[in-house]
Amino acid sequence: MHRHVVIRTKKPALSFHVDKRALGINFLLFLLLSAVIVLSIGLGSLHIPVWEVIKAFVGAGSEQNELIVLDWRLPRVVVSVMVGASLAVSGAILQSLVRNPLASPDLIGTTAGATAAAVAFITFAKDVSVQWMPLVALIGGLLTATLTYLTAWKGGVSPFRLALVGVCISAGMGALTIFFLIITQTHKASNALGWMTGTVYGTSWVNVMTLLPWTVLFLVATIFQIRYLNAQELGDDIAKGIGVAIDKKRLLLIAISVALAGAAVGVAGGISFIGLMAPHIARRLVGSAYGYLLPASAVLGGMLVVLADLIGRTVFLPHDLPAGIFTAAIGAPFFVYLLYKTRNHQ
Amino acid sequence: MNVILSSRLQKTTVLIAGFVVLAVVMVASILFGINQYSLTTAVEAYTQFSGSEEHLIITTSRMPRTLTAVAVGSSLAVAGVLLQALTRNPLASPSLIGVNAGAAAAIVTTIVVFGSQFPVSQMMWAGFIGAGVTALLVYGLASAGRGGMTPIKLTLSGAAVAAFASSVTSLFMLLQEKTMTEAFYWLVGSVEGRQLDHFFMIIPYLLVGWLGAMLLTGSLNLMVLGDDVATGLGQKIILVKATAILLVVLLAGGSVALAGPIAFVGIIIPHLCRFLVGLDHRWLIPYSIVFGGAFLVCADLLSRLVLMPMRLEVPVGVATAMIGVAFIIPLVRRRAYA
Repeated sequence: MHRHVVIRTKKPALSFHVDKRALGINFLLFLLLSAVIVLSIGLGSLHIPVWEVIKAFVGAGSEQNELIVLDWRLPRVVVSVMVGASLAVSGAILQSLVRNPLASPDLIGTTAGATAAAVAFITFAKDVSVQWMPLVALIGGLLTATLTYLTAWKGGVSPFRLALVGVCISAGMGALTIFFLIITQTHKASNALGWMTGTVYGTSWVNVMTLLPWTVLFLVATIFQIRYLNAQELGDDIAKGIGVAIDKKRLLLIAISVALAGAAVGVAGGISFIGLMAPHIARRLVGSAYGYLLPASAVLGGMLVVLADLIGRTVFLPHDLPAGIFTAAIGAPFFVYLLYKTRNHQ
Repeated sequence: MNVILSSRLQKTTVLIAGFVVLAVVMVASILFGINQYSLTTAVEAYTQFSGSEEHLIITTSRMPRTLTAVAVGSSLAVAGVLLQALTRNPLASPSLIGVNAGAAAAIVTTIVVFGSQFPVSQMMWAGFIGAGVTALLVYGLASAGRGGMTPIKLTLSGAAVAAFASSVTSLFMLLQEKTMTEAFYWLVGSVEGRQLDHFFMIIPYLLVGWLGAMLLTGSLNLMVLGDDVATGLGQKIILVKATAILLVVLLAGGSVALAGPIAFVGIIIPHLCRFLVGLDHRWLIPYSIVFGGAFLVCADLLSRLVLMPMRLEVPVGVATAMIGVAFIIPLVRRRAYA
């Protein structure tokens, strides 16, 4: 069976080939995500059957069900999907740029900077509303990433220098965070710890609306950069050789990656693992062509966060635990399984 | 690559100077802090112990703390060198193979399962075992398959297992708030409050680690050339890799059990030493031992002195990261990376 199908059209003159297997897997993942979303909305301290959930979606459910489904659980799930997708795509972009498997939004300091800013906010802000926290975190993340980029700049940014500088600055921000945690009061510290772990607890449509423009805008922007991402994978020299203005593209791609991760961290805190591992999982499922890799990463990232949040709010009742705890708890075993299964590939 | 010290004489001289610096900062670390002592008091604490408060502080607090800092600093630096050679990834550090996360998870699990009835020394064993088991698991996973252990597989399995272990830790900490305060002792790297028996319990393992690393230097030099070249030159690479991992488990596991995860020493010191003496592991390892130890003692001393007016003690892990940033960024910028 041919894995690739070539499609040519006379007018307009287009030619591209389709990887049937990768396309199929993407499609399956998407179906799986939809199923997970519907199931996750139905489950909770009050159980709603799948049929009732769908009825509530189309406006034919009971009033109580509609309230629970549309006003309480749906925004939480939507935010989870967006956060997961943003982090995963952000990680996928960075892994292409840095060509280091450890690359993730944490690498260039976005998460660490956002966390430090948020914890500083918890420590020092006395009479300021908590609603400002996502914004503060976002600004912290953006500033830190900018600092990393500028520090790594020396007539151009080499991926390697960026990674090293990023690790340093992240560690510095991590230290600042611990410092703030030490000088703050205990009850605030535990509050901060919850935020640092990453949670979508208590999200409403307001949060959805805050995050939506960022996610949509920058995911769409990423789609237009797919061919440059593919070129970057080949190394600086080849990318230059086939006509990519690498420093310019690199800045643009880093900016997209930071914006995606920064917004996600701003809304949901430091959810770990997604940005690092979702792209790797996707890579092992659909291969390295970014046209298939990006959607697969996004869907997987979204699915992981939805599942993690589902476990957090159902398994340990009456606790409602942060999703960030479970993203790795579900993702890591699956990743290890994939790693083992594909152990003979290179 | 530009190396500051090129001749053998220069390298030896600086190494000896490093030992002197280490001795000086160790003495300073014993004498200075919230209470300052004179050198004679410190000597008297050991020659004519009177049981006075000063003597007690010196023998039971300052001395163990200083020794712990030296041992941990050296061990982390050497573990960093070994891992960077093994993975051929300059960003590799002991936390990469999951030792920190594994130790923390083991300790928190022990606290939750058995309550807090165990003394610190027993907890240290839990940490050591957790670190060891995690590292071996990561290594086993990375070695599975046809290509054997490749840097990328090690990196990825390390990140996955570590992420899993730390999610276990967070879960227990958030479910039982009491656990949180106790576990915090290990989650934040610190050399404060360590006792001499703890130090003596772990030091044999660290010594084996340092010695083993010194014996392995020749093989490490070949390892960094790549598996094929090393095999071609007659190295039994599987044996070398397995030994190196075992040494890392001893060094990093022992350090975490003793002081918790102290960030950055395993990255800064190897880079600094490479900058000084180049890529030859026969120099790199001894340099890392000396400067790693000196660095951590300095960092601990600084974290004590700087915030003294506020009567706050900042864990040394915070200070290492702060110093690390200020220090390594110019270094990274100076080197030319393609």
